[in-house]
Amino acid sequence: MSFNLDAKAPQGELKDKWEKHKFDMKLVNPANKRKFTVIVVGTGLAGGSAAATLAELGYNVLSFCIQDSARRAHSIAAQGGINGAKNYPNDGDSVKRLFYDTIKGGDYRSRESNVYRLAEVSKNIIDQMVSQGVPFAREYGGYLDNRSFGGSQVSRTFYARGQTGQQLLLGCYSGMMKMVSKGKIKMFNRREMMDLVTINGKARGIIVRNLITGELERYAADAVLLCTGGYGNVYFLSTNAMTSNASAAWRCYKRGAGFANPCFTQIHPTCIPVHGDYQSKLTLMSESLRNDGRVWVPKKQADARAPGDIPDDERDYYLERIYPSFGNLAPRDVSSRQAKYRYDEGKGVGPTKQAVYLDFRDAIKRDGVETIAGKYGNLFEMYERITGDNPYKTPMMIYPAVHYTMGGLWVDYNLQSTIPGLHVLGEANFSDHGANRLGASALMQGLADGYFVAPYTISNYLASTTLEKVTTEDPAFKDAEQAVTLQTARLLGIKGKRTVDDFHKILGHIMWEKVGMARNEAGLKEAIDKIRVLREEFWKDVNVPGDTGNFNLELNKAARVADFLELGELMALDALERKESCGGHFREEYQTPDGEAKRDDEHYAHAAVWEYTGSNSSPIRHKEELKFEYVQLATRSYK
Amino acid sequence: MSSTNDMTLNLKIWRQKGAGSEGKLVDYRVEHVSPDMSFLEMIDVLNEQLIRKGEDPIAFDHDCREGICGMCSMMIDGKAHGGFKNTTTCQVHMRLYKDGDTIVVEPWKATAFPIVKDLAVDRSGLDKIIIKGGYITANTGNAQDANSILIPKPIADEAMDAAACIGCGACVASCPNGSAMLFMGAKISQLALLPQGHPESSKRTLEMVHEHDTLGFGNCTTHAECEATCPKGISIEHIARMNREYLKAAFTYHEKSRSEGGA
Repeated sequence: MSFNLDAKAPQGELKDKWEKHKFDMKLVNPANKRKFTVIVVGTGLAGGSAAATLAELGYNVLSFCIQDSARRAHSIAAQGGINGAKNYPNDGDSVKRLFYDTIKGGDYRSRESNVYRLAEVSKNIIDQMVSQGVPFAREYGGYLDNRSFGGSQVSRTFYARGQTGQQLLLGCYSGMMKMVSKGKIKMFNRREMMDLVTINGKARGIIVRNLITGELERYAADAVLLCTGGYGNVYFLSTNAMTSNASAAWRCYKRGAGFANPCFTQIHPTCIPVHGDYQSKLTLMSESLRNDGRVWVPKKQADARAPGDIPDDERDYYLERIYPSFGNLAPRDVSSRQAKYRYDEGKGVGPTKQAVYLDFRDAIKRDGVETIAGKYGNLFEMYERITGDNPYKTPMMIYPAVHYTMGGLWVDYNLQSTIPGLHVLGEANFSDHGANRLGASALMQGLADGYFVAPYTISNYLASTTLEKVTTEDPAFKDAEQAVTLQTARLLGIKGKRTVDDFHKILGHIMWEKVGMARNEAGLKEAIDKIRVLREEFWKDVNVPGDTGNFNLELNKAARVADFLELGELMALDALERKESCGGHFREEYQTPDGEAKRDDEHYAHAAVWEYTGSNSSPIRHKEELKFEYVQLATRSYK
Repeated sequence: MSSTNDMTLNLKIWRQKGAGSEGKLVDYRVEHVSPDMSFLEMIDVLNEQLIRKGEDPIAFDHDCREGICGMCSMMIDGKAHGGFKNTTTCQVHMRLYKDGDTIVVEPWKATAFPIVKDLAVDRSGLDKIIIKGGYITANTGNAQDANSILIPKPIADEAMDAAACIGCGACVASCPNGSAMLFMGAKISQLALLPQGHPESSKRTLEMVHEHDTLGFGNCTTHAECEATCPKGISIEHIARMNREYLKAAFTYHEKSRSEGGA
């Protein structure tokens, strides 16, 4: 009821919007910048780049990370690459094409103005990272090399072996450490954000737990940047790191930040399949492998032959067959769904049958082992270490797994949430990827937000807002801290019979089965009921050992799972209310005769933005209507 | 889900309440270990058992569980990350062990890495070394076109070899002197190889090395244990390059203080 979902996109031609906006925004003069303090939560690509840049500008930055060093945020695990519309290969790329590919890739559920800006600054990102010493792959002439990713027909992906995320993150981290040395960033490691503090309706601070001492700490600031990543771990098994969690974003939601499109989750087609109950996480095999690997299953059901014994005419290279123009580089949502169909048809392979082949036989025959090893050597090694199989000799077995969440806190063009002063960057926001993210675009978005967008828009916020002086003695800090203390005591006091992981695994199973690759009305209703029951059981029967006041990993985990148990329900509710299929959100009731997603632009060309109304009442669904002025809404086809 | 391949293992795990307290090895027995489990998943299973029995689970650092974040840090049978080639603890799989094995698990041991709890240590010294110059001073927004800096492929590849460091600290933990020279050498070498890094190379090298020594990391006496256990296969040639940079800097680098005032 109270949400103002004005995107605040500037007027004017699409290509001029950002330039115009940069000129129209207010600046803070250099001498005044040092009077402002900004909190940045998270040190991934979004948080790291924002913290470094804001500190360079002269603001006092307080930076928080959950790991023991800012260099370990989960952006580090991104393998394949980062998109940039440089058109170095001269293959027809442009800002407009990257913009168009991203809008189409997201199945027309993102905001044109934001996406265009993303494509526009993508070029600066590549320049910036090279200047910081990121060793991108080069050709012999010394120029940068590119490769292709899904959902595009040009080569615009820059990469550093299979460790692009690591190299970009270490670039951000080094920029941050430079500003730590200058005293402009104060770094707080091993801290977890437990709540947001709002005063007079504005975000003015945070409560964090010191994970070593267990104590709660208060920090006040003039603005808060939330760069805490996505919520894929609600599924228990995902490619996310173990501590990746939704709590910071979820606490902001409960403080009044709108949560947009929570049901938009990305199931990545190429991951190492699940192999046992004890499994703690899933490992991604980079999408870049689909540049050379061919995806197939046997034509015959339950074919027990070894892959090498199955002749070509008995193999179904189904992506090449169904999508001849994109072939193995069909986008993620489409490729995952097709893998699921093959499993449903009884053509899955491997011990669990929940796998398809990704085969390099033909690429090795064409280019030689050495060339393939040069491109993917470390990925092949990683695969062999986990599975015991050698992908040079036998095809990889892969299956879809939860990887990324397009949904997140709603933000306007300035990346500000519905709470003034709370800006949300990177995967934690909902802004640029619509209902499906294209490969190599997450790194691009995190860095775009942190390097080139937020530093401008934060200055504008600080320059144009009246900010009263606040201290951590303010009653709002005391109340927020008190609430966390009470919740902690409650968790520690239950001393039930089941572990935190017991609950998390059950939740994950419900989410994967009912709110996963295919969803339907009955299943979603069932999921909501089951999650409610599970949540009640959690608060009666969870066993959190130890106490507060020390390094208690189970306690930290319990608080996160308590939030997942609420978020999971909202995801199911959002999926239930969106009565169409688009991108990663596939409702079985809404599909074309050949099993593709069927959108309903008349009724659902909007972002659904949820407002929290209390623990005993249902959240309210608001809409931000999406207007398409430059791209024509069309059926998304990769055929 | 148990199968015929399942193993029973005897573990001796270092337990220590906190930095100031005494620690000791405690015996645990874990049954139904599948060969497909990772080492950390095996510890997860043990921890679930401990929680059910009302005991304090074993604290250990871990995060990505795919060998890239550098968070996991265990001495397994006296070797950093278990001593398997190019492998972090989280990538060690139980198929490398056999039924009935006894495995000793301890934290990183080095003067500069105080223990936090059980198997978790404080590695903030590594950040402190980087703060002294492990970066290129390139502020956001000033960069020239990426292709205006040409870097020959072999140089870019060698820089990438060094840049692959995950900052786990295995080099420090396995060095008899507790030296972080491989960690530091990898960063100095990466930035010395790349043209973007040249302007600050001397200052960087002198200040990082000085900080390293101040923090209580030992010197390098070329045992090469670090190279042998580095999960990213980083070569001690990078220490050699750092030494050359250091020597060059020590002879040639003078920072004069100048007044920068003006009209």
